[in-house]
Amino acid sequence: MPTAKVNGQEVEFENGMTVLQVAELAGEEIPRFCYHERLSIAGNCRMCLVEVKPGPPKPQASCALPAMDGQEITTNSPKVKKAREGVMEFLLINHPLDCPICDQGGECDLQDQAMAYGRDGSRFAENKRAVEDKEMGPIIKTEMTRCIQCTRCVRFITEVAGSPQIGATGRGEDLEITTYLESAVTSELSGNVIDLCPVGALTSKPYAFQARPWELKKHEGIDVMDAMGSWIRIDTRGPDVMRVLPRQNDEINEEWLSDKSRYAIDGLRTQRLDTPYVRQKGKLKPATWDEAFAAIESQLSGADAKTIGAIAGDLNEVEGLKAALDLFRSLGVQNTDCREAGAVYGAPGAPRESYLFTCGFEGLEQADAVLIIGSNPRLEAPVLNARLRKMWLKGSAEIGLVGPVMDLTYGYDHLGDEAGALEDLAKGKGAFAKVLKAAKRPALIIGTGALSRPDAAAILNAISEIAQKYKVVREGWSGWNLMHTAAGRVGALDLGFVPGKGGMDTAKMLAAAKAGKLSTLFVLGADEAVADADLGESFVVYVGHHGDAGASKANVILPAAAYTEKPGMYVNMEGRVQAMGRCVFPKGEAKDDWAIFRALSERLGKTLPYDSLADLRARLIADHPTFGRLGYAPEPQGFDLTALASKASKISTKPLTGAVDNFYFTNAIARASQTMATCAKLQSEAQPTNANAKVTA
Amino acid sequence: MLADKDRIFLNLYGRQDWGLEGARKRGAYVNVKDMLDLGHEWVIDQIKASGLRGRGGAGFSTGLKWSFMPKEVKDRPHYLVVNADESEPGTCKDREIMRHDPHLLIEGCLVASFAMKAHACYIYIRGEYVYEREILESAIKEAYDAKLIGKNNVHGWDFDLYVHHGGGAYICGEETALLESLEGKKGQPRLKPPFPAGAGLYGCPTTVNNVESIAVVPTILRRGADWFAGFGRENNTGTKLYCLSGHINTPCNVEEAMSISMKDLLEHHGGGVRGGWGNLKAVIPGGSSVPLIPAEQCEDAIMDFDGLRDLRSGLGTAGVIVMDQSTDVVAAIARLSYFYKHESCGQCTPCREGTGWMWRVLERMVEGKAEMSEIDLLLDVAGQVEGHTICALGDAAAWPVQGLIRHFRHEIEERITKYRSGKAVHAVGASKTSVEVA
Repeated sequence: MPTAKVNGQEVEFENGMTVLQVAELAGEEIPRFCYHERLSIAGNCRMCLVEVKPGPPKPQASCALPAMDGQEITTNSPKVKKAREGVMEFLLINHPLDCPICDQGGECDLQDQAMAYGRDGSRFAENKRAVEDKEMGPIIKTEMTRCIQCTRCVRFITEVAGSPQIGATGRGEDLEITTYLESAVTSELSGNVIDLCPVGALTSKPYAFQARPWELKKHEGIDVMDAMGSWIRIDTRGPDVMRVLPRQNDEINEEWLSDKSRYAIDGLRTQRLDTPYVRQKGKLKPATWDEAFAAIESQLSGADAKTIGAIAGDLNEVEGLKAALDLFRSLGVQNTDCREAGAVYGAPGAPRESYLFTCGFEGLEQADAVLIIGSNPRLEAPVLNARLRKMWLKGSAEIGLVGPVMDLTYGYDHLGDEAGALEDLAKGKGAFAKVLKAAKRPALIIGTGALSRPDAAAILNAISEIAQKYKVVREGWSGWNLMHTAAGRVGALDLGFVPGKGGMDTAKMLAAAKAGKLSTLFVLGADEAVADADLGESFVVYVGHHGDAGASKANVILPAAAYTEKPGMYVNMEGRVQAMGRCVFPKGEAKDDWAIFRALSERLGKTLPYDSLADLRARLIADHPTFGRLGYAPEPQGFDLTALASKASKISTKPLTGAVDNFYFTNAIARASQTMATCAKLQSEAQPTNANAKVTA
Repeated sequence: MLADKDRIFLNLYGRQDWGLEGARKRGAYVNVKDMLDLGHEWVIDQIKASGLRGRGGAGFSTGLKWSFMPKEVKDRPHYLVVNADESEPGTCKDREIMRHDPHLLIEGCLVASFAMKAHACYIYIRGEYVYEREILESAIKEAYDAKLIGKNNVHGWDFDLYVHHGGGAYICGEETALLESLEGKKGQPRLKPPFPAGAGLYGCPTTVNNVESIAVVPTILRRGADWFAGFGRENNTGTKLYCLSGHINTPCNVEEAMSISMKDLLEHHGGGVRGGWGNLKAVIPGGSSVPLIPAEQCEDAIMDFDGLRDLRSGLGTAGVIVMDQSTDVVAAIARLSYFYKHESCGQCTPCREGTGWMWRVLERMVEGKAEMSEIDLLLDVAGQVEGHTICALGDAAAWPVQGLIRHFRHEIEERITKYRSGKAVHAVGASKTSVEVA
């Protein structure tokens, strides 16, 4: 390994590293503004100047300079200090220094580095430059006078997000960062430019003037807005969640987060269920827990377990569902399901791998051919989509799509809208079949949209044929990937929250309710499942945290906690079990989900055998050992693909659309969020354009 | 003095036909096939031996630059790019070449491309040079029609020549910004390394040369490296186009030997300083980017790279700007400062912020509306811009300011003193006195 000397200290480094990286290896801090590990190197802020020998006598930008064997790097000489002071001074002369009214204050790179590397006073006697603020939509607030033109935002939106809506116009000191046409940035990842901005030029609009960073309590959390299980930091003040920021996890979200994950949180303050309700004479009336339980008790007494059903929703944590499932099974209820109507994945007895994203998000980057079936990754998991774009930019994978044409921010072979394309692939027809055949690590990304329709069984059959033909599961590689959209789904499937022996699935339960054959239906936050359903005369018990579609149909409402308000475990689509703690307390009378079922079980005379969350978790791990291993994705593992085969073969000609139609409205929290509503409105007003779609076939 | 027989640019003043016929009469395209037959290495070796240094301003050895190109063409084609974005204030030599002797340039492009195994060459011409572009394009058409260039030409080296018209930005004369602009992007300099010889135009090995550097190549090869190396001092050889402008009696472009003394150049070709040599105040010897030198140093100044470097200035593009005693030298440099502020691309911090700062301070100094301490401040700011930027524009903006303070500090000081004395009582002092009286 080559070695270099950093301030006289020898360090070994790997070929291809930059001087900045080598200096960091040696423990030297190099100040920087424009440089970011995950973006291309711009080298324009000039803050990272160091002296390098051998080399020219002037200081060099260390972020862009490849380190060489035997190099002597000096980061603490008077020359370097003076150069940094100079750059810092240049950055500050036209910076407004309005830190007291700037939302970045307290977590500002410019502030911190000015303290560490700047001069003590200003020598600039001229007028400062003022720059007009730009419109960037409902998420990004601009204060462009503060901008230091580091172009991180431009590079992010062009390279990572793949929707080049931010750029720089003008030159010299008139260089301005702008959206060109004063239009909103519509990328689902736009919020990340706020984190990337090293100064207060781009700040969060919903969070503007809401809090100071030092007032906030910071909690580590897991995101539930999609099924990726992104690592987040939840900042709270008193009873309120003030903001959500990404935490770095290279295996999951790198350090990005979708706009929904960040900004749906204002939905946590509105439309909340903070007390139990009981429907009396057609109207929901606030009630006590006792009254609510009494109503349920009288409904269930003497009821036939076969006429009782329960549907779990998208945001449920594992513990609550475990308690619910234990209760229902002890009551003899077999009609339990956590999947969308018509879904065929995760059937009772199916191998766990069959409903997971088996190669993992990081593992996906090793794939050399990716076939997307009935999914729109851009809407279903925007951060994962950025990974796909990264692969495409690198040219490491060919990407094919079966489904309607859409702008995925990368080029793909469009193989057809309908399942007919799957049959062609199964027969080896078409150019992409050759790609799959030649691939060493082919991967399928199967949207739940494709597997949740009346002909889903036949589609699954066709997909499993393709998987077998192209050996998607092979020695040392598994490319069978189900793209879930609900954070609670995999955990529920792992628990076995599917129909028990002789039980009905979601579709059958809804049909039975309509036909008057279901006496009682428990809706555990499953607003999406019942939103458009006619539940007939069924007695509906809604357990959830938002007054959404489910609550309006309920006879009894039991208020539960949202994801920030309860300790809970979630399993992401990779099969990675992750846990988070409570950040704030549930609203009003609301309780943790598991506690509700524990209390109800006592009332119904079937007391659950745990009195604390710890007891429950111990029981959970005993019953399902997979939950015992936190934080790890299972090793990519194949399974017997023939297990998925069925006799169904009739596929309709309906296009294989993705599961997410409106990115901003996928769950009850997002639907209650004003910010998401504004984003959705903007999106619906935007001209539908495929100008950016790079269809190669 | 350079004898007429030793001139390379025989039609510098446009008195003859610029077209192919006229060029042939002056010797263009003679023996080109024979030169190419001697091989790629021979051409490069000859240019190295001639001691030709780049005529665009930096003065890097042209032959050495060519030898940085990969020896063999592998997966990526090689390109030659000719920098005809002549925007340096005080410089107009390339313009005359393209106007009056375009075939010398075309011939040079062919030979240089051959030397570097490039089959395509781009000439990036300055946006304001509309007439020159038209001439150049007509000349290229003539050459194509005569099968002198193009596929299956008489010289046996397939070669295509393209002219690209720039938008008129000074920064696009910087070689990597030029490449960006040529690729259709915003003209902003790239980080180096990688250097263009490794990854240039479209990521392919590329050499960027000045018009004059390329145009002299065929004549050097025809007349021999020794002939060219016979002019000027060691390490500063050859003939050079000087652009004389400013306060001289006959401003002109002239081809002269390197290392001619500045006094000879100005007296002989420039018709002398307006009002006599004693009326000289300062000279900017190499285009606006280099520091000026005061009259007393002009006496013995030698016009070549090393001679002017010893005077802490530079030959640059050899755009000699003469200023006589009537010149407000502070205002002159302030105007140059404005130029650099206006032409900074805005990419990197020191140049973006520093050029504007320097200009504003200088503007005040023109009137004397400044503090004495600001002279040192200005010098310090210039030092913080110099050498801290991605490209050389930062240096180019700093050097004139440094030159001004180095040689004419007293003028700035006088001006500040005068401005202050113009106001009978200092404003702050006056109010203080009145308070005391009250």
